Amino acid sequence: MDDFLAGFAELFARFDVLGAFWVNIQLTFWAALLSLVLGTVLALMRISPIASLRWAGTAYVTIFRNTPLTIILTFTYLVLFSQLALSLSDTLDTTFFWFAVIGLAVYHAAFVCEAIRSGVNTVPVGQAEAARAIGLSFLPAAALVIFPQAFRGAVAPLGNTLIALLKNSTVAAAASVSTETSSLMRTMIEFRPDLMVAIFLTFALGYVILVIPIGLVTTSLSRRLAVKR
Amino acid sequence: MSASVLFDAQGPRGRALSVVGNIVATVAVLAGLVWLASVLYAKGQFSASLWQNAVSAEAWQSYYLPGLQNTLRSALFATVGSVLFGILFGIGRLSQIRPVRWVSGVVVEFFRAVPVLLMMIFFYMFFSAQAQWIADRPFAAVVVALVLYNGSVIAELVRSGVGNLPKGQGEAGLAVGLTPAQTLRSIQLPQALVAMLPAMVSQLVVVLKDSALGQFILYSELLRSAQILSSREQNPLQALVVVAIVFIIINWLLTVVAHRLARLLSSRTAGATVEGTGIGNPTAVAGGPVGGGPGPGAGGAVV
Repeated sequence: MDDFLAGFAELFARFDVLGAFWVNIQLTFWAALLSLVLGTVLALMRISPIASLRWAGTAYVTIFRNTPLTIILTFTYLVLFSQLALSLSDTLDTTFFWFAVIGLAVYHAAFVCEAIRSGVNTVPVGQAEAARAIGLSFLPAAALVIFPQAFRGAVAPLGNTLIALLKNSTVAAAASVSTETSSLMRTMIEFRPDLMVAIFLTFALGYVILVIPIGLVTTSLSRRLAVKR
Repeated sequence: MSASVLFDAQGPRGRALSVVGNIVATVAVLAGLVWLASVLYAKGQFSASLWQNAVSAEAWQSYYLPGLQNTLRSALFATVGSVLFGILFGIGRLSQIRPVRWVSGVVVEFFRAVPVLLMMIFFYMFFSAQAQWIADRPFAAVVVALVLYNGSVIAELVRSGVGNLPKGQGEAGLAVGLTPAQTLRSIQLPQALVAMLPAMVSQLVVVLKDSALGQFILYSELLRSAQILSSREQNPLQALVVVAIVFIIINWLLTVVAHRLARLLSSRTAGATVEGTGIGNPTAVAGGPVGGGPGPGAGGAVV
């Protein structure tokens, strides 16, 4: 038992586990921000009066919702970086990080769009009719009446998307982000195969600790923010 | 869709504006695509040999089709396994016995919170160290990781499916003298399972997409086959596009099936048949008012 604890303490001294989680949290933060913006624009496109915009929004969601995230992130490394030699910064690590953020955002924007649309569905028809009746055209009606309520109705599905995004940030390993948790876990297990179960449980527990509060907060927020009807 | 509540039926001016908007939007999208194409052209990505090598008969025979076969094989095993796991732990979460309920709850919540990739890597290394009698260890690791995650999601579907049935169903079972367990087994579960079938089909999309994570542990599924092909032919863009299209077509078909099923089955159960959104955790979305907003038209009109 003492050996086990000593080995474990040594592992933690040698490898920066918290730093790896911090990389995943940063990936999640930036990708969440970008995908929220992109997803809102897509949702707006999908309910707009202009048919070609609706069509483009639907096409985007159908394409990216059905593509494995692993392909998108592999694409950023193999194609954008290696084949096309695109770069976002002087250092490789920063370039890979932002490519991963873009890949994660592009993928999750499709789900954010669907979450917001399900929020739009919670808004009663009367609200939209009232907005039209007082003379608001599409964009003002969406901005002043529909979306503020839709976001409040979409908190729960948006929270689920955020949780999925946090867990999916481990796939950034495919985009060559080598400092994140799944890569570090692999390195640590290769270093001390005898402790592999304990190492896995440590990382797993880290995600449980991150995911469960997000779930609790978004559930209680979705209750508190829900429009009483 | 023809009559959205968000905007009026358009008059002459509105229609004219719409036409202008359509043209502007189409031109903008096309301009973006043309710009993309020109960048790719400048980098020589339209050279015929790159594309020919990505779609040649040999590429399909030696790379894509065996890869696709492995992808489908892992998805099939994972689906069967996760349905069994899901029903078992779903019933566990509804059990009358407190410890069973508690243990099932912990298991389900744990495996829903841990990234599938972490599980896959762990099980692969674990099998390699401890269970070398398993012939195809990457395959086993992919299937086990997918079963644990998707099984937990399905367990939640089972629980919410039973919870969303009208209360009268369970009360009726108890009233005719069935025990709570019998009521669950012969009245609530069959209806809940029918109600959740569309969501399960949507979950298949998640299984298929996540099976591509197998490339991390050298499982020769579709994505990894394409990568091997592309490292030989130096055409990752072309090969990945082919693979993405294959995935999109299969997953889109599954989504259509889920949609049809939901409509078809709605008369067969007292529960609401809703498809999940196909992301990690469809239950909360499915539990929300996806199809049935407050107003009678609110669901269909805006989308």
